Amino acid sequence: MRSLLTRSGGVGTTVLWVCGLALLCLSVAFTITIGPADIAVPNVWAVVADHLGLGDSGLSLIREGIIWNLRLPRTVLAAVCGAGLGLCGVVMQSLLRNPLADPYVLGISSGASTGAVSVVILGLGSGVATLSLGAFLGSLCSFTLVLVLSHVVGGTADRVILSGVAAMQLFSALTSFIVMSAGDAEQTRSVLFWLLGSLAGTGWFDVASCLFALVVVLLVCLAKATALDAFTFGQDAAASLGVSVTRTRTVLLIATALLTATLVSSAGAIGFVGLVLPHAARALVGSGHRGLLPTTALAGAIFLVWIDTIARTVLDPQEIPVGVMTSLIGVPAFVVILYRTRKTS
Amino acid sequence: MGLLADRVSWHVGGRLIVDEVSLEPEPGSTVGLLGPNGSGKSTLLRLLSGVRGASAGVVRLDGVPIDRVGRRNVARKVGLVEQQADTGVDMNVLDVVRLGRVPHRRPWSAETAADEEAVRSALEYTELSDKKRRSWHTLSGGERQRVQIARALAQQPRELLLDEPTNHLDIRHQLELLGLVVRIPVTSVLALHDLNLAAMFCDQLIVLREGSAVTSGKPSEVLTPELIADVYDVRAGVSPDGPGGRPAVRFFPGKPSEC
Repeated sequence: MRSLLTRSGGVGTTVLWVCGLALLCLSVAFTITIGPADIAVPNVWAVVADHLGLGDSGLSLIREGIIWNLRLPRTVLAAVCGAGLGLCGVVMQSLLRNPLADPYVLGISSGASTGAVSVVILGLGSGVATLSLGAFLGSLCSFTLVLVLSHVVGGTADRVILSGVAAMQLFSALTSFIVMSAGDAEQTRSVLFWLLGSLAGTGWFDVASCLFALVVVLLVCLAKATALDAFTFGQDAAASLGVSVTRTRTVLLIATALLTATLVSSAGAIGFVGLVLPHAARALVGSGHRGLLPTTALAGAIFLVWIDTIARTVLDPQEIPVGVMTSLIGVPAFVVILYRTRKTS
Repeated sequence: MGLLADRVSWHVGGRLIVDEVSLEPEPGSTVGLLGPNGSGKSTLLRLLSGVRGASAGVVRLDGVPIDRVGRRNVARKVGLVEQQADTGVDMNVLDVVRLGRVPHRRPWSAETAADEEAVRSALEYTELSDKKRRSWHTLSGGERQRVQIARALAQQPRELLLDEPTNHLDIRHQLELLGLVVRIPVTSVLALHDLNLAAMFCDQLIVLREGSAVTSGKPSEVLTPELIADVYDVRAGVSPDGPGGRPAVRFFPGKPSEC
């Protein structure tokens, strides 16, 4: 796979980002209009302008409510989650030197789910621990488990993935067990949310907390972009290039765990975005992280906005968990990527 | 001044891998590390580069213990070329050589003219300028080694450490590669297996066995049938008038103890 654009990060990448941002805004505005209520793209702009204090939308309260309180936060959260999961995927793939690493495959998302349901359903740390804190501790637990387990069984790239798969199964099972043990029909249905993800019923608070985590972690990762490049030939190579390996790894792994946890608390465990999007972004801008990190985030955002739209409309009025759609579309895309890398190497 | 090791040791799990080895290369010289597999050559290079911290003894860079110099500052002076560098990432030659600029760059900063110049001259020196768009995965073993050396040169080091750079190369490429290393105007320390190549290209040799330095000195002083029998357990004859007046080693079948 050769990159399609200049890789020096020059004009080509900047143009790509501007186009990507424009495409993202258009996608958000357009996908909001898709659905049972009759809404047009100009209505969306008007409502946004209204809430930014730039004049009155002139829409009925109900239609305005549908846009501002239902569809807009959901779509923006889809964009933020897509960007965040893509970002986590790139960082994990580079740090662990493994093209298959991503928060879902490595069980980090499942760990976050387990942590969250422990707080919500079991009432662990009652009063003190919030859902997000539970998710964060859960994701750190699973991350530690994967790293320790893979170290114990040999530490090679395939062992990391096998440990991740084991952790994912374990934590998914734990989540299901905790949810089922509550014996409450309402909560039993929520197991789908925690295992497959859903962006339904999102409010602006979720959007704000996820966006905050995304921006902070993106800045941290960008500050470490050159260090991430240095990991290309392994830890010792990174150290010999002047990178503090332990500190860089710790900072970045905690940052990605934190971001994953925040996303999972709001949207459940969504798979495949972090796995597939970094490969697509690498095909566009090459392997340098200064270009790769923002590109992956943008691609992930656009991708999940559309995937979520399909998930909520394809079997209308029934909704499909977004994780089902990401896998249905992500797996064939992944096979194509694997096939293309096979041909050149 | 420069890079030196003062009685450094390194152990892992109770096993001593490097045992009180001292080393002080002359500035600009080429020093060969010899010794059987597992004698501690690679570990000694990692200690010298500061990638590993010594368990005892001290590695100094310009008189300062290397763990107090700071990783970035070390990487601006010492380049390390590992034995088998590989990556699953699809990169071209230029991308790999640019990694050598990592220690010179600040976070957020763009590539400077100095970065570009260092990369360009590293590519030129290693005769890779016309291959800079080639994908890493299409390169031969010899080309990969040269790319890694170019990457180390882009660091603009004063000392270059190479771990068995001629591994898996055919004889022509071994000679070309070592010729290149010797031409580079930096102090270099390289782990080698081939005694004749070590004799041809190195100014100083250090022989390791089970982590300790057995002997060191000029190739003509170090390479003797007795030492080769002692360290490698093989029979050898050494003639003093090899290429360039350096010693040449021949091997004979059978164990030295049988004679």
